[in-house]
Amino acid sequence: MKRDDTKSVLLVGVGGQGTILASKILTAGLIAAGYDVKMSEVHGMSQRGGSVSTQVRYGTKVYSPIIGRGQADILVAFETMEAIRYLPDLKPGGKVVVNDYQMPSLPILSGEREYPDNILEELRDKADTLVLDAAAIARDNDNPKGMNVVLLGALIQSLGLQNIDWATALRSCVKSRFVDVNLRCLDAGMHASERMAV
Amino acid sequence: MTGNEAVARGAYEAGVSFASAYPGTPSTEILENVGTYREITAEWAPNEKVAMEAAIGASMAGVRSMAAMKHVGLNVAADPIFTFAYMGVSGGMVFVSADDPGMHSSQNEQDNRNYAKFMKIPMLEPSDSQEAKDMFRDAFDLSEKYDTPVMFRMTTRVCHSKSLVELGERREFAAIPYVKNRMKNDNVPAVARNLRVKMLERDRRLAAFTNDCPYNFAEYNGSKKIGIVTSGISYQYAKEVFGDSASYLKLGLTNPLPMDMIREFRSNVDTLYVIEELDPFMEEQIKAAGIDCVGKEKIPLVGELNPNIVRKALLDEDVPEISFNQNLIVDRPPTLCAGCPHRGFFYECAKRSDTVMVGDIGCYALGGSEPLNAKDMAICMGAAFSLAHGLSKAFLASGQDKTVVACMGDSTFFHTGINSLEEVVYNDSRVICCILDNRITGMTGHQENPGTGYTLQGEPATIMDIETIVRALGVERVRTVNPLRLNDMKEALDWAYREVHEGPVVLITRWPCVLKKLSTEDRREFRPVPSVCIVHHDQCIGCKKCLTTGCPALSFDKYERKVSIDALQCDGCTVCAQVCPKQAITKGAKRA
Ligand SMILES: Cc1ncc(C[n+]2csc(CCOP(=O)(O)OP(=O)(O)O)c2C)c(N)n1
Ligand code: SF4
Ligand code: SF4
Repeated sequence: MKRDDTKSVLLVGVGGQGTILASKILTAGLIAAGYDVKMSEVHGMSQRGGSVSTQVRYGTKVYSPIIGRGQADILVAFETMEAIRYLPDLKPGGKVVVNDYQMPSLPILSGEREYPDNILEELRDKADTLVLDAAAIARDNDNPKGMNVVLLGALIQSLGLQNIDWATALRSCVKSRFVDVNLRCLDAGMHASERMAV
Repeated sequence: MTGNEAVARGAYEAGVSFASAYPGTPSTEILENVGTYREITAEWAPNEKVAMEAAIGASMAGVRSMAAMKHVGLNVAADPIFTFAYMGVSGGMVFVSADDPGMHSSQNEQDNRNYAKFMKIPMLEPSDSQEAKDMFRDAFDLSEKYDTPVMFRMTTRVCHSKSLVELGERREFAAIPYVKNRMKNDNVPAVARNLRVKMLERDRRLAAFTNDCPYNFAEYNGSKKIGIVTSGISYQYAKEVFGDSASYLKLGLTNPLPMDMIREFRSNVDTLYVIEELDPFMEEQIKAAGIDCVGKEKIPLVGELNPNIVRKALLDEDVPEISFNQNLIVDRPPTLCAGCPHRGFFYECAKRSDTVMVGDIGCYALGGSEPLNAKDMAICMGAAFSLAHGLSKAFLASGQDKTVVACMGDSTFFHTGINSLEEVVYNDSRVICCILDNRITGMTGHQENPGTGYTLQGEPATIMDIETIVRALGVERVRTVNPLRLNDMKEALDWAYREVHEGPVVLITRWPCVLKKLSTEDRREFRPVPSVCIVHHDQCIGCKKCLTTGCPALSFDKYERKVSIDALQCDGCTVCAQVCPKQAITKGAKRA
């Protein structure tokens, strides 16, 4: 039987958005806090721009590093359409943290398809959803590239893990000159409430 | 650590002193991490066979050595290791086969456990990073004790998952002084006949040992109704699904299988399940030994397992899923990067009629996707030219009028593409052979290769110049071209289409991958200036011609009927600008 205390987090986005760094910081913090943690990422192709996902599972004792469909407790999408692509992986009743940030894929860029509207409405309809304009929050904190850390902050808040020493975890994963701006983004993410792009 | 980092650490702790590999997902990071330990000589080899042979040589010299490769790499390296299995080691020798169930980034999902049985060598299968480290370290003792190379079989999820690992110290291992021993190391038939008998005897000793190996153990829980035999990542899935409600026989040394142990476990449980990914490797042997079990009648033969699949297969439980509007999903296929040098080549090739385009394995595999759509086929690394040779000869003999163009990357050319070109030259076919030299091994994450002038550690190395090699093979019609200058590319192809009637032609496109960290030589040769292109909307007529290049930095606004360029992604390669019939796209300096 599945141990009740294992939590499964799924981070998804587009190659190059920094999902891997976010999950590294998350993993480092969880380990320092004494959890058993498994993280799994699928990478293999160098080209930028494909759909990417990272899975983090933590608890007293974790077995499988991967999350089956319908099993994630929380889904964090760094790009809006990716949230809907991975929605089947979310447990019914699970949470979604979604970045209100659109990166059109090739069929959309070429004008063959349109970027779907109403994704956020559909998400809100089907799951407990927090929408963030992480790009704006990152910009407000003088770190336009800090979107991933803002989203990590929001994830931490949603998981109720604010008490872990995230500053140390962050320091172990980013270059020292980027620590301060990223800490600010992390904090902003942890205190962020619903905010949509205008 | 990831499983791959853990293997590297295990190598360090075992006192390994020589390591060789050729990159390939999911194994690549093993050697990259081994390379960070100064105590170990770690090298990229041009291909897996060479990596295996170098590691075998180091073992013969008396030190502990290793090789690493992806599953299909072992096909390339099979020749030396099959025979080395007869000969046995001096210093311990272990090689990693990293399989890819589910084909996350591979052209097939062969189950390499079959190789271990075929070669009659011991095989270890870790199920997480701690085991990867410990087992890899201990594999060297096993190798020396039983005088055999050891296969270390991993899968994508073990390679690329992170879990906690407790580290140990390095144990230095003094080289065993080299002594000439032809009866062991010179496999002429008379020697091999003796060694074959010895090998079978070793197999018997291993079959006894495997029942006592600490990496094979039974885990009895309260309930003995269900017993599960499993190994590798499948063990984690089994535990996830059954927890304490079943008993387990967890196997780490899976060749030879501990049949006595399995028989005893069977007698203690009501039903025996065998949970394994891909082939019924364990199940078939267990059934052949007359032990009753349930396996592939329920567990899929195809693809990767996960806890849900195991749950559905054995407990018939479905996991509820959220239903939603599927129309909100638009595909996000991988594309060549903005500014990729391969784009110009494929853009010019796509226009040619009566052409069969033979591809190979690398980023340029994406040249076959929309909108470039310029590829007919591909099989395995280095095959493009030989495949094209056979096509061309058969087209000629059967009166089919087609021009055969074949392409492969620089790393692929050095891997086995050179042999492939020899075939075209020696047996004189009418093939246009293109070597897409982007100065790096791109697809697997930018590893150095014999053409780049640097080693794994970034030390300078001899640069093997592709054009010189091609000429030395006897090709007279050779040209090197910058693929991002479309006129030059077109002219080179026109020339090749004319010349190929006379004999083999080689075109080398030469421009660095946009994601490559440029070397001083690259900077001198290519003189990169950071730049971007912009679309002047007053001149753009919305003809969408530029979009046929498939660059992901370009987007089309349906309402305005204009194209725009994403300045963050654009590399200023100007391919789109060269295609624009209205000169609406110009190049400017990149803002910092
Ligand atoms: C036998 C074998 N070894 C390794 C691989 C993994 N692999 C796929 S593509 C590739 C590198 C291709 O590099 P290159 O030919 O330079 O092309 P690029 O990706 O740079 O365009 C490798 C090593 C494989 N598929 N098969
Ligand atoms: S990684 Fe390099 S070779 Fe591969 S698609 Fe990108 S630019 Fe092209
Ligand atoms: S110049 Fe054009 S084709 Fe080249 S990267 Fe920029 S947008 Fe893409």
